[in-house]
Amino acid sequence: MSDQHDAHGDVSVDQVELVEELAGAGAEGHGAVASADAAEYAMRLGDDALVLAQQLGMWITRAPELEEDVALGNIGLDLIGHARSLLHYAGSATGRSEDDLAYWRDEPEWRNAWIFEQPNGDFAHTIARQLVVSTYLLELYGELSASTDPTLAAIAAKAAKEVDYHRDHAVQWTLRLAHGTDESRRRMIVAIADTWPYLDELFEDDELTERLADAGVAVLPSTLRDRFDEVVAAVLAEAEFEPPTGRTAFIAAGRGRSGSHTEHLGPLLAEMQVLARQHPGASW
Amino acid sequence: MARRAWEVAATVTDPEIPVLTIEDLGVLRSVEVDGGGAVRVQLTPTYSGCPALDAMRDDVLVALTHAGYDDVRVDLVLAPAWTTDWMSDAGKEKLRRYGIQAPTGRAAAKQGPVRLQLAVKCPRCDSLNTRELARFGSTSCKALYECRDCLEPFDYFKVL
Repeated sequence: MSDQHDAHGDVSVDQVELVEELAGAGAEGHGAVASADAAEYAMRLGDDALVLAQQLGMWITRAPELEEDVALGNIGLDLIGHARSLLHYAGSATGRSEDDLAYWRDEPEWRNAWIFEQPNGDFAHTIARQLVVSTYLLELYGELSASTDPTLAAIAAKAAKEVDYHRDHAVQWTLRLAHGTDESRRRMIVAIADTWPYLDELFEDDELTERLADAGVAVLPSTLRDRFDEVVAAVLAEAEFEPPTGRTAFIAAGRGRSGSHTEHLGPLLAEMQVLARQHPGASW
Repeated sequence: MARRAWEVAATVTDPEIPVLTIEDLGVLRSVEVDGGGAVRVQLTPTYSGCPALDAMRDDVLVALTHAGYDDVRVDLVLAPAWTTDWMSDAGKEKLRRYGIQAPTGRAAAKQGPVRLQLAVKCPRCDSLNTRELARFGSTSCKALYECRDCLEPFDYFKVL
């Protein structure tokens, strides 16, 4: 606005008919309608991001230091951005908005992997989860930015740059806790052991990802495993941790992609959805 | 036609960094006016979750409506992804005068096996003797630093 003109003085935003709520996807994706398969895939990725964002938000005012309130809050905000774009695109296939998908789906309709819905635990558990998921997401989005689906490619290219900062944050805290005090080291070791059983689900292929990967739309999860292992092994070596042994088969078959969830998702959704469901159609 | 509409849109500022216009930031990507006078603006978010974007989008709509354009649509584009390399020199200078240090170096320095962390100058006294206090600062796009010479804290706009 020029110096004399107040943007919100002469014309209030309410008087201007806004075209629509913020659309996450851009011109390439503006109005782009996802195929049924691509929508399902975008929903998986969007649900992962949104559930994790909700978890990280719980740390605000509870983190070990003020800077971490801010850091985890900021990381959560980036993830909400990714979730909005992905769910906006996912909803395009069925005429649902990002809000419809976030607030009006019940547990069996959520497609996130189990690791994202595991409780925050102590700070070490949250960092262990961040180490795993940010490493996975950075590899995933790096690959997905070459997707033949222009909307998914755009969202992934944008998200990759942000997740790079998230991984850096997780790696630094992993090392700090590993070499900090006896207590922080003990807790970090426990956290890594508790987190590892949830890894395999992230890298499992199924009919959907195989179909989409053949078409160049999606990344086949199993193809990310080697690079993930390599990066994480390097971090654990620097932390002087023994890598957790024996792929923990008892949770290897996490079934989040098909809508089966652990007992932790329900309460998380209840809190996230309560306001929207008490006041349907309300907007800020 | 489009030039005038661009100039109107370019007056919109970032509500979180009011000294910077969306043109300075590189957030204003394109402005097109068709034969019928319909305006199509493209903005790109700095960070995916940037809450200022909604406000900037509304402000662009308000500014253009106020300037007499009846048919305005503001779209968001994600590709190519925004980078701090698009921030104008004028914008970086305004940012420094405002007390926020502008990104040092190009985004590419952040990628690859060798990460380059360039020194960050204090926007107040120009000292290079500074220290990062927190990688994540008051907003997604900023980190918190302190100057060890003038002892003042300051925000640094992170390279992205």
